[in-house]
Amino acid sequence: MSLSPARPLSPWRWIGLPALVVLGVTVLFMTPIRVFGLQPPEPIFAMVPAFAWAVIRPSILAPLALLILGLTMDLLWGNPTGLWPLSLLLAYGLTLSIRNILAGQGPGVMWTWFAIACLLAEVSGVLITKVMTGTLPSFLAVFWQLAVTSLLYPFTDWLIDRFRDADVRFG
Amino acid sequence: MALRDNPFGEVRLPLLLMAATSVVVAALVALILLFADRRETVQTQAYGVTRQVTDKVSAPVGAVLSLPIRWAGDGANFVGGYFFAVSENRRLKAELRDAARWRESAVALADTNRRYKALLGLSFEPPVPMVTGQAISDARGPFANSRLVNAGQAKGVRIGNPVMSENGLVGRIVGVTESASRVLLLTDAASRTPVMIERTNARAILLGDGGDNPKLAYLRGSEAVAQNDRILTSGDGGLLPRGLPVGRAVKSLDGTWRVVLSSDAGPIDYVRVLLFQDFGQLVNTDKLDHPSLPPGPPTVSAPSP
Repeated sequence: MSLSPARPLSPWRWIGLPALVVLGVTVLFMTPIRVFGLQPPEPIFAMVPAFAWAVIRPSILAPLALLILGLTMDLLWGNPTGLWPLSLLLAYGLTLSIRNILAGQGPGVMWTWFAIACLLAEVSGVLITKVMTGTLPSFLAVFWQLAVTSLLYPFTDWLIDRFRDADVRFG
Repeated sequence: MALRDNPFGEVRLPLLLMAATSVVVAALVALILLFADRRETVQTQAYGVTRQVTDKVSAPVGAVLSLPIRWAGDGANFVGGYFFAVSENRRLKAELRDAARWRESAVALADTNRRYKALLGLSFEPPVPMVTGQAISDARGPFANSRLVNAGQAKGVRIGNPVMSENGLVGRIVGVTESASRVLLLTDAASRTPVMIERTNARAILLGDGGDNPKLAYLRGSEAVAQNDRILTSGDGGLLPRGLPVGRAVKSLDGTWRVVLSSDAGPIDYVRVLLFQDFGQLVNTDKLDHPSLPPGPPTVSAPSP
């Protein structure tokens, strides 16, 4: 009988690879194009692993991966260094703290909690920007980014489904 | 042995605690980095080595990765151009008629100006040299509005240089590497640009907030600005040259004055970086450092007794 299902899940598969995909997609969406005079949106793709990693299982590596992911986003986008790591970690922390509540919930409830986690990350970004620059960011721009990011939940759901029961030690 | 009986069955609580500790440690690191950051300053040394390396690497990588998206965008715009050709033709004809009137007026004014300058013996600022660069990547979220362009120190670009599209001012350089530079757009929350209203000559500060239309702040007087007034750079502070087109004033729903940016009229694919530093570059600093003193009064020798 094969013992492969009992093997521990490699962090590279559920943390490393998704983080790399998120970085790749983020760079792709930074292309300065306009189609019919409109710019493509700029969703926070890193919210997908930030929520999914907390739901899949508690991990020591996931917050560190979010720190690196957020720092890279800040350097790529030109944000104050530390804005996105802090915002992503807040969202991750919230999700981790309500992990028991989320267990067994349907997609509608999970999607709502994902939107709440995104809202927390955006509010954190607003406050940090206010403190760092003295300017309150445009609420319309924040709402637009929040709405577009919330639409990414199906990818989060896929990631959770893919890895939640992949390690039999965490039944 | 059942899986539940193995030693990993007891690992859940400590793991949760360790994960929470990891979150706190990572958040502390992020906080320290945040308060050590000084990205909006115009000092060269504030643009750290990490940012320089990131820009240097992401410029060529971003250019290659974005090629398929650029091609797709160009294809979509080609199709759009085909379908909207008639309305575009009408708009361009109207613009051409308008431009013809302005051309006659400009020729007459240029002649008058030349005569006045000759009569008064005035010397004006020399033309500002510029280099062209292509926008490689674009951050357009509510917290950061910046662009990476493929023109850097090798082309003479320096921190503080203004950046323009063919329609108007886009922003200024805040970071530069050998081959690429980062442009802080006028819409970024950290952007502050001294501007003036062309009609009244009133001064204001253009305040970015991450939205499409930055605010006009510190306006004095109730009649200083009106709907559709043209906004130009004022040149105050010496960071930007005077008279660069910025946009048009519009009143927002909350009653504040905002600016519809001229640079929004078209895509910002290619930009011109004005190699303008400050007013100090217009004088010969060597000559000022070593002034030739005028000859002193003749010395009078004391009469001999």
